[in-house]
This record gives sequence, structure tokens and C-alpha cells, in this order.
Amino acid sequence: MLLFLSRRVLIALPTILLISVFVFALQKLLPGDPLLVLAGEERDPAVLELLREKYRLNDPLVVQYFTWVTNALTGDLGISLRTNQPVTELMLQKLPVTLQLAAMSMIFALVIGVPAGILSAYKKGTVTDYIANIVALSGLSIPNFWLGIMLILLVSVKWQLLPASGYVPLSEDFGQSIRTMLMPSFVLGTALAATMMRHTRSAMLGVLSADYVRTARAKGLTERRVVLKHAFRNALTPIVTLTALLFGELVAGAVLTEQIFTIPGFGKMVVDAVFNRDYAVVQGIVLVTAVGFIFMNLVADALYFILNPRLRGQ
Amino acid sequence: MTLLKPTLMAALLSATALGLAATGASAKDLRIGLQSDADVLDPDQSRTFVGRIVYTSLCDKLVDITPDLEIIPQLATAWQLSEDGTTITMQLREGVVFHDGTPFNAEAVAANIERSKTLDESRRKSELASVSSTEVTGEYEIKLHLAGPDATLMAQLADRAGMMISPTAAAAAGADFGLNPVCSGPYSFSERVAQDKIVLKRFPDYWNADAISFDSVTFLPIPDTTVRLANLQSGDIDMLERLAATDLAQAKGDANITVAEAVSLGYQGITFNVGNGAKGDNPWGNDKRLRQAFSYAVDREALNQVVFEGAAAAGNQPFPPNSPWYDAAFPVPQRDVAKAKELLAEAGYPDGLELEVQVPNTTVPLQLMQVVQAMAAEAGITVKIVSKEFATLLADQSAGDYTASQIGWSGRVDPDGNIHGFVTTDAGLNDAKFSNAEVDAALNAARIAPTTEERKASYDAASAILNDELPLVYLYHETWIWALNSKIKGFTAYPDGMIRLEGVTWSE
Repeated sequence: MLLFLSRRVLIALPTILLISVFVFALQKLLPGDPLLVLAGEERDPAVLELLREKYRLNDPLVVQYFTWVTNALTGDLGISLRTNQPVTELMLQKLPVTLQLAAMSMIFALVIGVPAGILSAYKKGTVTDYIANIVALSGLSIPNFWLGIMLILLVSVKWQLLPASGYVPLSEDFGQSIRTMLMPSFVLGTALAATMMRHTRSAMLGVLSADYVRTARAKGLTERRVVLKHAFRNALTPIVTLTALLFGELVAGAVLTEQIFTIPGFGKMVVDAVFNRDYAVVQGIVLVTAVGFIFMNLVADALYFILNPRLRGQ
Repeated sequence: MTLLKPTLMAALLSATALGLAATGASAKDLRIGLQSDADVLDPDQSRTFVGRIVYTSLCDKLVDITPDLEIIPQLATAWQLSEDGTTITMQLREGVVFHDGTPFNAEAVAANIERSKTLDESRRKSELASVSSTEVTGEYEIKLHLAGPDATLMAQLADRAGMMISPTAAAAAGADFGLNPVCSGPYSFSERVAQDKIVLKRFPDYWNADAISFDSVTFLPIPDTTVRLANLQSGDIDMLERLAATDLAQAKGDANITVAEAVSLGYQGITFNVGNGAKGDNPWGNDKRLRQAFSYAVDREALNQVVFEGAAAAGNQPFPPNSPWYDAAFPVPQRDVAKAKELLAEAGYPDGLELEVQVPNTTVPLQLMQVVQAMAAEAGITVKIVSKEFATLLADQSAGDYTASQIGWSGRVDPDGNIHGFVTTDAGLNDAKFSNAEVDAALNAARIAPTTEERKASYDAASAILNDELPLVYLYHETWIWALNSKIKGFTAYPDGMIRLEGVTWSE
């Protein structure tokens, strides 16, 4: 397993390097001058020039890239043009927010998606299956921003049950933190639950028609045991992959949801940074989330080992 | 439902509130929803409007303004201008301390002006350009020596250039001062989480502590206007700035919400490229009759009704019609399609002409231009809307890569800030590259004229030419709309859009 994982890590390194080049180049291709945006209504050419020098925007692109990469290797991702805060500090502020949102959304997705998928596969072609499908499809089709605003209007404004938006750190007030995150994670979770349900359903369908399931039934095992122990465990592999991938996506930031619920996570930060041409921030976030995404894939690979004994022989 | 306007009524209200405030402070955290996050919290480096809102509670200035834009004392209690207009002597408030305990005195003012003028990253250099030196003439008296008369200086000192920061903290932090700002305002800096909140807490040693009634103030950037209003309705925030005009009816219909409005100091309009690079050489840039035709084609009041449900103010000058600087000789023109067609024909385009306008790709500017497009079409002008993300639009405009651009200005207290930089030859914000010797002369004269009447005459002279040449076609003036929990009393709407918390109270 160690060999397998170290091979994966080795493959990951050039990927990260490629991503760093890509992010850097893509940003520089964007039209617009970061300092002109930064200057806003105060465009003193002398000050602009000075800041260009200070942030080394006059250096050749190759030099800019290598300065950034070498600094990044030492953990210095530069400072935000807009707020003068170090990018690493900004990200450390946002990371717990994004992780909490991602984790809570994932819980919603799994709790709704997986049982619905199993049920729908088991009761294939029945009314239950159709209902589950319709629900899944609507989860996918309802836009997050619409569902978000509707929930805010209903739950917060009308019933006054949950805070409308914002964020409270877990360490500050655990209960309030969970309450504030409930609506956004529900909005994100339901959309993911739909994908989760579809994948679980197809994986389960494949497994349920397999020979060993028939054998298990022939042995006289209870349906519950057949479905949940024999079939579901083997259907888990694609679900784990999907969970890891979706979690990786969530960590990259749920832009619209964060915007609506004013959650200060990665998504909101990166969007604002792109609009402000705050290069260091965009580069930092994309790089770190790319690494996070790759890491989640590694975790998924490791889980295969645990779930699938056949791989252990390799 | 209360509607506050920057009138005598509002002044009376705030005066009453001042009396109420003295009765005692509430242990409440006032939560204010902002449209966006502030930039760096250093008055010398700062650029954003929301940043200025935060400063209003954090950093006192030498002088402040009234809702009618008169300059009134804040940290300076009195000032005198010398006969020749080149020296301002200021008496300073005694017994004021910065949040770190550093005393406020003439030395502190001198250090602040020095920093604004010399810090590499300072954005205040041009605002204080006329100040050649300072002279401390007493513990609480300072003289500002000017290179020449400058009628705009006091208004600059009523904004960021006049904000006093602790010289001790500034010397220690250098350009990083904004990470932990130390001023002398009613509230001191407590905490900031980017894009989440800025928390200020009451400064017990504030010189005017009796007028301050909240324990702390939390500024929360909530960009979505619907969500901002929902937060107010659910009680998660206590007040918000820049309510969307389209939400005004809903807010007014809510018994728990009070609305306050003030026509802003800024403007929105279309800037034509009349000489910026190769693209300046186009029919619209070369012939003022075409720009006049465009202006006649637009019904500004209808625009205001359709896009802003009447909440904005139609306009045709850099100053709103309610401003003392507005030139009454050129009222907001009525729409005149026949006249527009006539001008087009005179200019050699009897069959009409296309006009490409770049527009920020956000809802309001796009709606605005679509209405303008429909109006212009009736006069034979085919408006082609090119929507661009703001950073791109700004870069293209600055580089002269445009024919016409829908852009605005947030406005300044002194009229100079709304006009000089945009239309004088080679000025920093003159993206139209308009140049007219008479306009230059009039606007330069307005900068040094000693009396308001003389300044007004100079602005009117420039206005007459600009109304004819139309390098900028002004369309409307935004209205600042605040929505407040009805328990908030004593809030006064100011045309600069700031939130002044002196005298504002919370009554259960």
C-alpha cells in the first residue's frame, strides 16, 4: 500500500507544478490592470508606478512566476494587494470556514443521497424509485441561489428560526455556529445528494444482480443483510470516489452559496480576488485547493485498500 | 414609517437625539450591513467608499461637514485664513487622546500631514498638494502654510486627508498601519476578519463620549442586496447602507424598518472619448452635435422612474440639482427626439448612427443602458452595448480603447473633486482627454477663488462650455438609501453616504 501511495504522490507533484503555471498564466491573460482597480477613484500615476515596483509587477513574467513559486515553497504566498494581509493568514482564516461548510454539506448529501440511492435501486421500477428520482432531479435542477434566498426569506425572515447569513466560528459559539451553517449546508448538500443518489443507485443496481447476491439470498439470509452487508459494501467503491471528489470540490469553495449566505470562505475570497485582480490571493487559493483536491484523491485511494481486499495483493 | 431627509428636520431630529444619548449608553453591539468589504484600514492608503464608512466611527478628522456640506469643527475647533489666502491657522481641541493613549496636539497634526504627504503608498498626496509646510505655534495651535490659495483644502480635511492617526502607532507600524489602525474616533479597532466582519469597540476616553451609545459596532459586508435586507428583517443586523431602489417599497412597507435617504454627491453618466488615442478620432468624439443629439434623445426622468422607481435624481451636471453648486441656467433638459434627429442630420447623419457604449456587467448599469438604448433608437441612434467586467472596462477606458463608457463618480464634498480631474487638460481622471483652455482657466480659478460666490461664477463659466461640448453626458445622481431597525433613533442622512453614530441611540 505504501508503494502504491508513494507512486500516487509522485504523480501528484508534476500535476501541482502544472497547475501553478496554469493559474499564473491564466491570470496574466485576463485583461485589466490590478493597480487601476486597486486605485479606484484615486489614480495618482506616481503612486501607481511605485506600487507596481513594490509588488514587482514590472518584472518579466518568468521572473514573477519564479519569485512566487520559490516564496510559496517556503510557505510565503505573498500579500493581498487589496487588504495588505498575508495570503497565508487570509487562507488560515478561511480554511476552517470552508472545511466546516464542506463537512456539513457532505453530511446532508450522504444522509439523504445514499439511503435514497439504495432504496431506489432495491425498489427499481416502483413508485418509490420514481419518487426518489424526481426528488433527486429537483435537487439538481433547483439553482442554489434561488433555494438559498427562498430559505432565508422563509426560515429567517418569516419564521425567524435561523440566522439569515454570516458565520460564527465553532470555537466561539458551537451551537450558533452550527445553526448559522445549517441552511447553506442544506442548500449545497441537497444538490450533491442528487448526484450521490444517482451514483449509489447505479452502483447498487450493478451489484444487486451479481451472482454472489443471488447466492446470499439462496443461503436464506435476510434481505436486510443481503442488501446492506453484501451488496452495499461492494457498491461503496464508486461512492467513496465520488465523496472524495465532491468534497474536494466543496473545499475549492461553493461560490454562489457563500455569496448568498455571506460565508467568508474560499469561494467568496477567490471570486472577489479575481474581480479585484488580486493576483497573489487567487494564485494562493487555487494552488492550495488543488493540493487539497489531490490529497482527497489520495485519501480515496487509501480507502479503496481498506474496502477492496483484492487491491491489497498488488 | 419615517423618511429622513438632509433638511432642517433631520438636523432637529439629531439635535433631539443628542439630548437623548446623554441619558445613558446601551450595552448593545450595533451591527451594520455594508455592500462590500473595506480595503486596507489606513486613511492614508485607503481607497474605498465602505472604508470611509468604517473610518467615520474609527478616526476623527480635523473638521467635519453638516448635511448641507458646511464645514464644522471636529478635532480643530476654529481656523482662520490669512489675508493672502496662503496660511491657515488652526486651534485644536484640548484633552483628546488617541486609542493608544498618545495625546492629540499640534505635533500630532504635523506628523499626520507629513505622513500623508510623504508615505510612499499615500493616496492623499494630491489632496494635500497645496500644503507646503506646517508650523507648530503652540501645544494646540498649528499653521498650515500653503503654496498658494486653495479653496478645496478644508473639504479635503473633512475626509481622509484630515483623519488623525496616532503618530506613535504610525511610526511603529509604517505602511502596515492598516492591519491595526489606531485613531482617536469614538470607537477603537478591535478585530477584522476579511470579508466577514470589522469589529470596533467603544473608546471610553473619547472626547465626546456622551454622544456615543453603543458598546461596539460590527460592520458586516453582505454584497447581495436582497440578503442584506433579509438580514435586517430577521434582526441579524440593525441597519444597512445602499438599499436597492427596487427594494425601497418593501422596506417602507415593513413597520419594523425605518428608511433614510439622501441624494449623493456623485453622478452617473456616459463619458465620450473625444481625444484619448486613435479611438478618440470617431464621429462621436469629433462632433459635439452628435453628443448633443444623444443627450436630447434620453429622457432622464423616465430613466429614473424605470430603473430606480424614482428613487434617484435625474441630472445633467457634475453636481445634483439640489446642490448649491448646480448651475440653474442649465436645468435638466427635457427629452426632444425631433431636436436630436435634427442635430444628427446637421452633423451629416440623417439616417442615424451607431454608438458603442461599454458598460459594467452588473445589473443596474445594464438595465440603465438598455433603457437608454430604447430611447436613443427612437432618435435614430443605435446604441450597441458592450458589457465588460469592471476591471477590464476601467483599463480600456484609461487606455482610450472605447468610444463611450458608462461610468460614474462617488462624489466629493468640494465641487472641485467632481469636475476638475475629469475635464481639465491632462488631469488624472480625464479619460475622455477633453481639453479646453477656457474650462481649464475657469476650473483653476475656482480652486483659488477666496469666496463662494466667485467660485460659483467660475464653475458656472465652465458649466456653460461643458453643457455645450458634452464630453460627459450626465444622466442621474444616485440616492443613498439606508434601512434601519425602527428602534434606532437619531440617525441623520448625509449626502456623503457616511454613517455618523454620534447621537444615534437604541430604544427598546
